[in-house]
Amino acid sequence: MSVIYILIAASIFVAIIFFIAFLISIKRGQYDDVCTPAIRMLFEDELVNTSENPKRISKNNQL
Amino acid sequence: MENQNCYHCGNTLGKKIKYIDDKRFCCNGCKTVYEIFSTNGMFAYYNLETTPGAPPSEINGKFEYLNNQDIVSKLLDFNENDISIITLFIHHIHCSSCIWVLENLNKLIPAIRSSQVDFSKKKVSITYKNNETSLKDIVTMLSSIGYEPTISLDDYTREKTEKKDYSILYKLGIAGFAFGNVMFLSFPEYFEISEYWLEKYKHLFRGLMFIFSLPVVFYAAGDYFKSAFKGLRNRILNIDVPIALGILVLFLRSTIEILLDLGSGFFDSLTGLVFFLLVGKFFQQKTYSFLSFERDYKSYFPIAVTRLTRTSNPNQTIEENIQLYTIKKGDTLLIRHGELIPVDCILAKGTAAIDYSFVTGESETLSKNIGDKLYAGGKQSDGAIEVEVLKTVQQSYLTKLWSKDAFTKQQKNQYVTLIDITSKYFTISILGIALVSTIFWLIYDSAKALNVFTAVLIIACPCALALARPFALGNIIRIFGRNQFYIKNADVIEELTKIDTIIFDKTGTITTTKKSNISYQGNPLSHWEEKILKNSLRNSSHPLSRKLYDLLADQDIMTADDYEEIVGKGIEAHYNGHHIKIGSPQYTGADLKKKESDTAVHIQTNNSYKGFYRFKNEYRSGMKDLFHNLQQDYKLSVLSGDNDGEKSYLKSILPTKVNLLFNHKPDQKLEHIKSLQDNSAKVLMIGDGLNDAGALAQSNVGIVVSDNTNTFSPACDAILQSSKMTLLPQFLKLSKETIRIIKSSIVLSFLYNGIGLYFAVTGQLKPVIAAILMPLSSISIVIYVTLLTNWSARRIKSPSEE
Repeated sequence: MSVIYILIAASIFVAIIFFIAFLISIKRGQYDDVCTPAIRMLFEDELVNTSENPKRISKNNQL
Repeated sequence: MENQNCYHCGNTLGKKIKYIDDKRFCCNGCKTVYEIFSTNGMFAYYNLETTPGAPPSEINGKFEYLNNQDIVSKLLDFNENDISIITLFIHHIHCSSCIWVLENLNKLIPAIRSSQVDFSKKKVSITYKNNETSLKDIVTMLSSIGYEPTISLDDYTREKTEKKDYSILYKLGIAGFAFGNVMFLSFPEYFEISEYWLEKYKHLFRGLMFIFSLPVVFYAAGDYFKSAFKGLRNRILNIDVPIALGILVLFLRSTIEILLDLGSGFFDSLTGLVFFLLVGKFFQQKTYSFLSFERDYKSYFPIAVTRLTRTSNPNQTIEENIQLYTIKKGDTLLIRHGELIPVDCILAKGTAAIDYSFVTGESETLSKNIGDKLYAGGKQSDGAIEVEVLKTVQQSYLTKLWSKDAFTKQQKNQYVTLIDITSKYFTISILGIALVSTIFWLIYDSAKALNVFTAVLIIACPCALALARPFALGNIIRIFGRNQFYIKNADVIEELTKIDTIIFDKTGTITTTKKSNISYQGNPLSHWEEKILKNSLRNSSHPLSRKLYDLLADQDIMTADDYEEIVGKGIEAHYNGHHIKIGSPQYTGADLKKKESDTAVHIQTNNSYKGFYRFKNEYRSGMKDLFHNLQQDYKLSVLSGDNDGEKSYLKSILPTKVNLLFNHKPDQKLEHIKSLQDNSAKVLMIGDGLNDAGALAQSNVGIVVSDNTNTFSPACDAILQSSKMTLLPQFLKLSKETIRIIKSSIVLSFLYNGIGLYFAVTGQLKPVIAAILMPLSSISIVIYVTLLTNWSARRIKSPSEE
């Protein structure tokens, strides 16, 4: 039954990792602006028409 | 229909349509912006949203001060080596196209490394290489594409190092984390099954629970202890006193229980309590990041002005941009068209047409002659002028208003809330019950006495009571926000319900600033008279001329044989032998028997007086109904800085009981409200401009009416979209309704406390009962107030929306 020590230690360890991740996310300002990223993620290839940059990047990625 | 609007800004197309790529534009400005975007491959700007743009504004010389490195370095967030970061506030940010184009600025200026938009704050922060471009270039470029940033004196003086306060999020995180884990650890002991493994590991479980509760008590709940301590020191029994007492007793008793192996303690209730309380606190903090309730004159004033220094050569002057605070008495300043006069001064050169609507509420521009005194806060609207400084910024008439008491004392923090009053009696009766039951058990069964004493304090912890208010008010703030009535904080709602007097400002509040009602009186004008009138006005830049010009029907263009504009008087012109004079009554030979206090433009043709165009303020629709609705419950008055020209008209449309007061200067408005308050009136001030700032600060609740909530408004408690002004009676009613809901939920929470007290007083309080009762009461109170406030909001809103 002493496996419970390991289990509890493991569960709390995992919980604390997530908790620390949450604290770091606050500190880095992820909750400062909860509105713009939702719109920003919908932008993608709007610039492709006239600029070569996106194409070049995608070629490099393929190589 | 769509084709009738400009492809760039969506404005209705006028006469002069510009074409390019078979797109239509209302003006050259919009066309230029389109060209900039299309040649830089940023065409997607128009695909993300239709007509996202704004016509670019004229910038000639406006941002010259950004050449001054001292000013620039004060504005920058970060400036090291060759990288600089600037955060700019841009009104026009309103859609996804705006975000897209502002985050792709490096297409237009390659030296911009990156730019990031904060949509809700309407800010963009731009990182650029300062050896390749300058802040002035960036600002000029932004203005040229219709995104003119607002840079005010406020940006200059504000501390750049202000840190965001994340503590409520940290505390909420810690309490939630601890609550979840403690629940999970205390669950096995809820059922009191004496199993071997449970007996063996319970010390481990209890120890862990104790460790988890430490940061909750000493960090997350810290504010409650501080507030309770503050309250006690000021001899006030606020709501935080029983809460702090409850938390403390919960923690101490639980710690002693596990140390002496008496039981499992109440760590689950403890962490849950703190967690729920913090959730309530968090919910009540609804902030509108794009609004500011704390503005003063600094947000309106420019950072810098142009100072003219005469050189030895009298025909030559040096223009230099100096920071506003360095203006000295005797300096000569250049005020360009549309710029604000930052200090009290004397007009030295040029024709001044000053718009004082900012300061006095007077809606029309005043013409000033050389040698006249100009006050700070006026906006020059007729070309450039030169002025000689009389007083420095801080000593000017307008800015002195902010040194009044109303702005310095923090009176508005001293709201006594409903909960504070309740908690006083609550705390006293709880302590009474705890003492009586302890004495009873001391006599009857002294072993249980301490147990009962702590149990009463634990169960009486007014969690539900403390949650009712934040959730009810937080919800109402959101409902108001959806109806474009933005409240600064929850206390304002409670204060709204106590109002008995409502004071309206006139100009800009019950009238609109956008359109004025122009009517003609006198002998009718013939066709050719209208023709030469319109053609004469075309040449004039006087604001009244522009307004009248826009109103008159289009005429063929004629060239005047002779044209003259006399400052402060009017225009005179000759057309093919016909003669016209436009302007003041004296100038045009008007018969002035009847005193007209309205603003008017008089017309004289061929030496005979014809008549005049009268400019009247347009009243907002629904004002009559609004006043009739409100007069049943409130004392109403109109307090205006304007002249009494419209007194008779106002009297005819408003209820007779409404008190009409005119010619009140900003500080007189403040004094008027103060004198009402001295007669124990609770005053709601509804205003719009800087001229009401004093009155808004002095009043119990100050509401600013704004046509566009994105533009600046003076310091206030709430901001109301002008189109929603007719809903004001409903808002007031709903606030009262909310307080009634809170009161009923207080009764409900007492019921829960009664049940809990039964267990506590009889000495039967087990952790499992506390663990059930506490969340049950909290959650049911939250549901109760949320449902009821939503329900009453819907019922109140429905008649107005039909």
